[in-house]
Amino acid sequence: MSESPRLRAFLALCAARARESYREPEVIFWAFVFPVLLSAALAVAFRNRAPEPSRALVLEGREAARLLDSLKEAPLVRAEVAGEEAAARALRMGRADIVVSIAGPGPEDPVEYRLDPSRPEASIARARVDDALQRAAGRRDPLSSRETALTEPGGRYVDFLVPGLIGMNLMSAGMWGVGYALVDMRIKKLLKRLLATPMRPADFMLAMMTNRVLSTFVEVGALLGFAHLALSVPVRGSLFAVGGVALLGALSFAGIGLAVACRAQKIETVTGLMNLVMMPMFVGSGVFFSVERFPALAQTALRLLPLTALNDALRAVTLEGAGLAAQGPRLLLLAAWGVVSFAFGLRFFRWS
Amino acid sequence: MSGAGDGIAVAVRDLRKSYGPVEAVRGISFEIAAGECFGLLGPNGAGKTTTVEVLEGLLAATAGEVAVLGRRWGRDDHEIRERLGVCLQQTVLPEKLEVGETMALFRAFYRDGRDPGEVVREVGLQEKTRARVGTLSGGQKQRLAVACALVGDPELLFLDEPTTGLDPQSRRQVWEIVNGFKKRGRTVVLTTHYMDEAEKLCDRIAVVDQGRVIAEGTPRELIRSLGGDHVIEIAVEEGGPGELRPEDLAGLPSVRSVHAEAGHLVLTVTEPHVAIAPLLDRLASLGFALASLATRHASLEDVFVSLTGRHLRDE
Repeated sequence: MSESPRLRAFLALCAARARESYREPEVIFWAFVFPVLLSAALAVAFRNRAPEPSRALVLEGREAARLLDSLKEAPLVRAEVAGEEAAARALRMGRADIVVSIAGPGPEDPVEYRLDPSRPEASIARARVDDALQRAAGRRDPLSSRETALTEPGGRYVDFLVPGLIGMNLMSAGMWGVGYALVDMRIKKLLKRLLATPMRPADFMLAMMTNRVLSTFVEVGALLGFAHLALSVPVRGSLFAVGGVALLGALSFAGIGLAVACRAQKIETVTGLMNLVMMPMFVGSGVFFSVERFPALAQTALRLLPLTALNDALRAVTLEGAGLAAQGPRLLLLAAWGVVSFAFGLRFFRWS
Repeated sequence: MSGAGDGIAVAVRDLRKSYGPVEAVRGISFEIAAGECFGLLGPNGAGKTTTVEVLEGLLAATAGEVAVLGRRWGRDDHEIRERLGVCLQQTVLPEKLEVGETMALFRAFYRDGRDPGEVVREVGLQEKTRARVGTLSGGQKQRLAVACALVGDPELLFLDEPTTGLDPQSRRQVWEIVNGFKKRGRTVVLTTHYMDEAEKLCDRIAVVDQGRVIAEGTPRELIRSLGGDHVIEIAVEEGGPGELRPEDLAGLPSVRSVHAEAGHLVLTVTEPHVAIAPLLDRLASLGFALASLATRHASLEDVFVSLTGRHLRDE
């Protein structure tokens, strides 16, 4: 036979691994369908909506009609007339942001605003209502101004989200596709059975990694393609840079998956360990919200995590169009995680 | 056969294996000739699986010497594995792969081997070539596991409890496959706690108990070591003069040994027709009434009981 026996064994292992993956409906769902659904759902939930109008109530009585008329002119105020008791209740329940009345019997008596200053909507409502009433009373602004709306792709929540979802997906695929799969094979004594053949253990590991790398391109391609075509998420960097970052991320998390799985002999053990490793990164590595929301000290620690490095690098290449070289330190950190975990996993790996 | 110039396929000397303070194997020695089917017979936990896993190179021995096909683990591992077929106790093969794909995978590991399709036919799974492993019955899965061990065209085949948990028909199918392999002059090492399996398949047997070999020989030799080929089991009616004890039946003609088991006495005899009449007379003279009497050929089970006082299937 012309092809070398080792190459033949390696290719057979890759083929078997690939078949096992794509014949597992759960794998297809979690790897391809779920991230697409999630990004679509979150894109809808966090779409950039027209600003909410403020809800104002005008107390029944003298001047109520005049106040109401003035407020009707304001574009972002929705005003109604209500009785004293109903207005107080609406304010308490958060159904109204502000209650407007005239404080006394005379024509010169001041307008009174009742509101809960701890609610941001209340402050906005006060500014809008006051502005409308002052204008109606004849105020002229000494300074003219205008605004330009910024809703172009790149600055929306979904643009922030998609690279984070890709990072999260690469992490869980590495953990499940390598970590969980290895423990499952160990429990079923399949690892031991393979060890009893002339198969080279290194070829087996290489096949696991190759399978991860190949599925990475499909997984990332599906999610990024959907986000780009359906949600107009920009891909400003080169595909080479995006692919390079994703590949390094996939390999690094495959290494971490191997490390997590190297000793475990029960599914409970490995899923527990995987959750222990993944949970802090789901929350703290900037998947759904920026790492900058954490206190400075926590940020320093979070930036050392592999998923933080991966997400930051993915955002830089997709949203900012950065090249690979500019992401050097992040990629180095990511690679270091992968190499150390891989070495650890191989060193302590048990076949049975 | 190649590799073992002296015709010895496996040589084990004073093998010991401990797991922490637990000694699973406490000094086992045997030799297996090329072309022989050698059985390790013993109850669960006797150390059979530990012993074969050392022979398969999957476990390191704590002490002792092991030569497989004239070679040693730790030096010629790859070379040995090319020539071994291994069927572990209860391997779960990948459920999502088809039978044919599974065979192709295992075939790919061996430099030289057999045509996977031919092996699939040999184990009677040709109709299932395109079936997923997960859809096979227990017996079919086990035949596939044996087929995976055969596809590398091994000189030496290890079968660890190959029919445990299978229905009688599936067991016979596995036995036929093993017999076919033996007929081609290859060597088989088999562990089992089924005496019928050992008697049917094995040329030679080592009876293993608590990490030691307590008897070794052909099935015939082992049974003959009981002193008689036949067994008479008797029980007496309750309400006789106390309990019937083995000593009460000492010295009867043709009776080689007597021991008590739950509710009855077991006599090993050379000639049942000589023994039965004097036995009945003895019972009558002692005042016991016979409740039941059965005769049968002695089995390896009787050998194990006479050696250890326990049954193979006792947990």
